[in-house]
Amino acid sequence: MTPVQAIIAKELRSFFVSPVVYVVGAVFLLIFGILSYLAVVNVGARAVQLMQLQGAAAQINLNDMVFRPTFYSTAVVLLLVLPILTMRLFAEERKLRTFELLLTSPIRINEVVVGKFLSVYLIFLGLLALTGLVPLILSLFSSFDWKPVLTGYLGLALMGALFLAAGVFTSTLTENQIVAAFLSFGLLLLVWLLGALGSVLGDTPAGNVISYLSFIEHYDRMVRGLLDSKDLVYYLCGVILMLFLAHRVVESESWK
Amino acid sequence: MIEVRDITKRYGELTAVQGVTFTVDKGEVLAFLGPNGAGKTTTMRILTCFMPATEGVARVAGFDCFEQPLEVKRRIGYLPETPPLYHELTVVEYLTFVGRLKGLHAGALRSALDRAVERLSLGDVRHRLIANLSRGYRQRVGLAQALLHDPPVLILDEPTVGLDPKQIIEIRELIKSLAGSHTVILSTHILPEATAVCQRVVIIDGGRIVAVDSPERLSARLRRSEKLSVTVKSPPPDLVKRFRALPGMLNVFDQTDPHVFLLECELGRDLREEIARFVVEQGWGLLELKTVSMTLEDVFLHLTQHEEGLGGTAEASGTVQVTTTLEGQPRP
Repeated sequence: MTPVQAIIAKELRSFFVSPVVYVVGAVFLLIFGILSYLAVVNVGARAVQLMQLQGAAAQINLNDMVFRPTFYSTAVVLLLVLPILTMRLFAEERKLRTFELLLTSPIRINEVVVGKFLSVYLIFLGLLALTGLVPLILSLFSSFDWKPVLTGYLGLALMGALFLAAGVFTSTLTENQIVAAFLSFGLLLLVWLLGALGSVLGDTPAGNVISYLSFIEHYDRMVRGLLDSKDLVYYLCGVILMLFLAHRVVESESWK
Repeated sequence: MIEVRDITKRYGELTAVQGVTFTVDKGEVLAFLGPNGAGKTTTMRILTCFMPATEGVARVAGFDCFEQPLEVKRRIGYLPETPPLYHELTVVEYLTFVGRLKGLHAGALRSALDRAVERLSLGDVRHRLIANLSRGYRQRVGLAQALLHDPPVLILDEPTVGLDPKQIIEIRELIKSLAGSHTVILSTHILPEATAVCQRVVIIDGGRIVAVDSPERLSARLRRSEKLSVTVKSPPPDLVKRFRALPGMLNVFDQTDPHVFLLECELGRDLREEIARFVVEQGWGLLELKTVSMTLEDVFLHLTQHEEGLGGTAEASGTVQVTTTLEGQPRP
């Protein structure tokens, strides 16, 4: 077993004996369920309306009416929920002085950072997989285009990775878990708002650059079913940057 | 096995360790002795590659702690001040994780785990959560963690803290049994511990090494006179003067108790008989007469409290320059 695998195994074990994962998972799934239920009910009401107006069964696009709004709202939910998953990763090691064990073991710091990131990412992917029940059940009763749903899920998986990597980074900064969670929440919200700032500046070079920096533009394209390599590159770079910063902070620990 | 040359560590303005130099041979057990904040933990952290020194070189088994940290870390078992335990894991889960970090696999891991559990008598608690263990058990789990991969070098920061007297003896026996095959550095402020398990003691204070030697030789070196304590039933007011007049007497101190006197005689002269005869002949009533030997505790207190009086940098390991005159009253 490589050090990374050992750390993943240990972190998963720690996650599943603490109530945090269960609470966060339950809340996330519940909210996702309610959001998609509301969207479906909304569609139902619209369909009845249209039927009364047009007198015939109207074509309703589930992709536009159900999945897209659900994906957008899920982004907000993740912003609130994921920092809670990542906050303990390094902050707790600091608090309990187990950091000393990791840093005096014959392993590299990047193995620790990557191991911790992957462990929490696996949990997130598990939660995401459970939300897959919603499109599966809907597909039994109606037909819709799977492609945008799948790219939307890819968008969620990538954006979630970025959120978690940012959370890993902020968790290295402090030994207080609440501070770590709040920092990553603030950091992500700030980057999100860059999108709004970019659209204020409009189609200028500065505006384009700033818009590119915000993760929400890239997510938006994927939810609409567009798969572009520059969006993939954006998330990949974002994750690597955050993990690199985390590595730096941990490394600098010994220079203090 | 361990070589430390001119190590200095500064935290901003604060100098935690200054110009520390010592070596430890293979199989030797060395104790770091010093008051809290003396720089013991800092030196240990430098040796375990937890932090680099600001200046100087530290080498473990021939590998530089700064240049080749992974090689050094592979050869060291380290018990930090606070045992690094994950409370949500059971003892076996925790040791398995540590073993994997140290690069042990499958069969080797299992046998290492069994050996560590047995050595530290953790059999009863192997499947208990660490959160539910008592302090003594936690300390032992921390030690098991350090010993797990059977490293040639062990660095133990206050290994017996939080243990009950029986466990302390067991751990000391364990450390003694490691001597010879393992090189051990341990820090402590419990002096009998240093005397009990170590061949050499490094006394460190204010970030500097004050003395390096065997416990016996340290106390011998500092003994510049024979000391006697005399208790007299009805001493005359000028007894101090009368004692001083005796041949071979260097100094006499009266204690807070008016009946007790502390006599310092020339080294190598036993004045007990003469003093006994003197007091008895005068009819003052001799109640007690005993020699006062300097314990390691006295040595420690003298070296660390009268630091300004010392020429105290030990230049090469094994040599001590103690140029102080032991002013003030030695502790009876």
